[in-house]
Amino acid sequence: MPFTVPKERWTAEVQTVTIGATEAEGGTRTSTVTIGGDQSLPFLHFEGDTPYGPVIAVEILDEAPQGWPEPLAEHYRDVWGDPAAWAQKAVEEFGADMICLRLASADPEGTDASADDCATTIRSVVEAVGVPLIIWGCGNDDKDNEIMPFCSEAAARERCILGSATEGNYKTICASALADGHLVINESPLDINIQKQVNILVTDMGMKPEDIIMYQVTGGLGYGVEYAYSILERTRLAALGGDRMLQMPMLSIVGSEAWRVKEAWQSEDEAPEWGPLERRGIIWEAATATLFLHAGTNILVMWHPQAVSHVRHHVAGLLSG
Amino acid sequence: MALTAMDIYKVLPQTNCGDCGVPTCLAFAMKLAQGQASLDACPHVTDEAAQALSGSAAPPMKTVTIGTGEKALEIGGQTVLFRHEETFYHPCGIAIQVNTSLPQDEMTERIATACAMAFDRVGMTFGLDLIALCDDDGSLAQKAAVAAEVSSLPLVLMSDDVAAMKGALEVCAGGRPLICAATAANFEEMTSLAKQFNCPLVIRGENLEQLYELSEQAIDAGLEDLVMDSSARDISSALQDQTIIRRAAIKDKVKAFGFPTLGFAVGDDEIGKITSGCELIAKYAGILVTDLITRDALLSLVTARLNIYTDPQKPIQVESGVYEVGEPDASSPVLITTNFSLTYYTVEADTSASDRAAWIVVVDTEGTSVLTAWAAEDFTTETIAKTIRECGIEDKVEHRNAVIPGGVAVLSGELEEESGWHIVVGPRESAGIPAFFKTKYAERIA
Ligand code: B12
Ligand code: SF4
Repeated sequence: MPFTVPKERWTAEVQTVTIGATEAEGGTRTSTVTIGGDQSLPFLHFEGDTPYGPVIAVEILDEAPQGWPEPLAEHYRDVWGDPAAWAQKAVEEFGADMICLRLASADPEGTDASADDCATTIRSVVEAVGVPLIIWGCGNDDKDNEIMPFCSEAAARERCILGSATEGNYKTICASALADGHLVINESPLDINIQKQVNILVTDMGMKPEDIIMYQVTGGLGYGVEYAYSILERTRLAALGGDRMLQMPMLSIVGSEAWRVKEAWQSEDEAPEWGPLERRGIIWEAATATLFLHAGTNILVMWHPQAVSHVRHHVAGLLSG
Repeated sequence: MALTAMDIYKVLPQTNCGDCGVPTCLAFAMKLAQGQASLDACPHVTDEAAQALSGSAAPPMKTVTIGTGEKALEIGGQTVLFRHEETFYHPCGIAIQVNTSLPQDEMTERIATACAMAFDRVGMTFGLDLIALCDDDGSLAQKAAVAAEVSSLPLVLMSDDVAAMKGALEVCAGGRPLICAATAANFEEMTSLAKQFNCPLVIRGENLEQLYELSEQAIDAGLEDLVMDSSARDISSALQDQTIIRRAAIKDKVKAFGFPTLGFAVGDDEIGKITSGCELIAKYAGILVTDLITRDALLSLVTARLNIYTDPQKPIQVESGVYEVGEPDASSPVLITTNFSLTYYTVEADTSASDRAAWIVVVDTEGTSVLTAWAAEDFTTETIAKTIRECGIEDKVEHRNAVIPGGVAVLSGELEEESGWHIVVGPRESAGIPAFFKTKYAERIA
């Protein structure tokens, strides 16, 4: 035949990473999650293997969220305020592969919860569910540096992912991850060079590449999604091309970014031209997640249970081919 | 092998006559080298030169036009595999499927709905592109006339039946519909219809191999306006086939695959079709055919398309200066924002949702959002104060209160000194502006 399938000869693959530790490994997780190992651009089976496929973490907050739109709130109202119950619901009813716990209550401009309170929350969630955890601070560097060592210790040896190390603030979180056997999220603001720099700084501290997840910041559909899409794509290309310092799996925050966009939450009275509100946010979240899947992300952090199930279905379809 | 602009320039007439639409032969050569122009555009090129350049100078993917007049749709013409390498040209056309078995009033209503569907985003209006009239009861020839009559959008005529297609083309070929499709079974007849009526044609192979062969035959038969369909009807094979066709065209310059593709949004339910549609928009479809018709579903696809096809090199921007929301007067509030279109139009829409008229002062931040511009030092006390001084707002209002986005509250102190204006910190998200005007604004102004 005169036509040959144009395959790329990649020299490397995405780093394989396992999250969570079972009893045999010194933790108490009843399941672990393995991601990465991708040998091609996303889901191109004619070119290389996708041994593990992407996974979905459901994000929960350690306090009741403010101002969530009704189509989202209705699924979680019965459990918010109780992170352990929220985590259980996310796993048992919505099928979360992982729980992403955000310590929103630590925010000094909000509840300003203490390190002790946060550690107690961590313990309750560790006990409540058997899936691996992602533990994220409140976003205030100083406060996160104060609480993270305690939170990390409260989940010691569970092989959680701690978020996040940035170019300007990585030492405390790395030290905690190293001491307690966790992984760390390296964050950069949509900039591949900064991402690489953070990865170098963090490995210089003694973290192994297989203990690192990259987070390059997300924008929702209609709200910067294209920038995140291209950064994910470029990073995957760099990984396959053999750049050791960009081979870690990637994480994308989908739920909070998609639901920030007006199209996801504005009422029908305010925006009749956009159609009924019930579905818009779900659609927005599922569409945002889909674009990131095709750009090469490995972990999707999501909110709405129906968006989760639609995206899971999409992933299954891509993996089965 | 791809030729450089210099190689091409050597064989051009070098008269710089400008007939090709670019001022100089060298500029034309550069466009050719980048695959952004076709040699046909130069009327003076010699036959030998044309010979020497053929193949390497042709754009790797043909641009195909469907329809005529204002609503004609151009697809294809892509030059890269990844949008960051350059940009994707000619956004994927969205075709709404309308079955011929629908009762006529439902059919015309569906077409009218699709034609009227429009969404405003970043100061532009985006709609759908094609009506895919799908022959599911053998009545294409009868229904095509009605469809052509009510539709303001070009048609895709979907049938494998040659007689039905011929009947349809006889009544609507003047609108240059897309014939869908020539297959191995009807190849001779469909290709001659495409020639006879001078319409673009979808080539459908049962798989890539057959598609390749049929496409070569169509090229040999002298057809140029082709669209590729590999028959992939699940999300995984669609991704593989779309990728292989695009790569073969762009990287290996495989002529038979150098055409835009067609894909179908597939799924068990509407959201499944949306995710499938997003995949096809991101991964190379030239036309996306879908039976989705609800506003919420199509809004997401139109937005995904806008995002993926935005030029990554230059964000869509507005000019800096003073803008009016409603009919502001000397006492109306003044809002400060950046010149990133997404930012400006979000703020503008939110402000017009309040019952107050207002002035918006737009600072030139090279088209970046508030926080990006702040982090990049394009939205600083200096740039804001300078814009306030130079844009003329000081002559338009009597007060000296300016509202800044809540995200850059830290700028307020210094900005007051620098500008001489009283700075009011507004909400973080502009959606909070109407509420802010009702309550806090009056308390906080000087
Ligand atoms: C897309 C994006 C980019 C794109 C640029 C897009 C663009 N054209 O602006 C790219 C990739 C180029 C980019 C680059 C950078 N970025 Co950037 N980027 C983003 C991202 C993902 C989305 C921004 C966006 O488009 N928002 C949508 C628009 C509409 O929002 P907005 O302009 O803020 O407007 C809203 C509000 O501010 C408010 N508002 C606006 N105007 C007004 C006016 C009034 C009166 C009121 C009341 C309200 C109001 O309402 C609007 C709607 O809610 C954000 C993270 C995120 N998820 O938000 C990071 C982010 C903004 N970027 C960030 C950074 C640091 C950078 C870089 C400096 C990184 C680097 N060193 O390379 C560069 C700088 C670019 C440069 N020129 O050098 C940081 C800023 C951190 C901070 N708080 O300071 C962010 C927050 C990411 C992060 N968490 O680290 N970025
Ligand atoms: S039309 Fe031909 S000869 Fe004239 S400027 Fe263009 S390339 Fe040169």
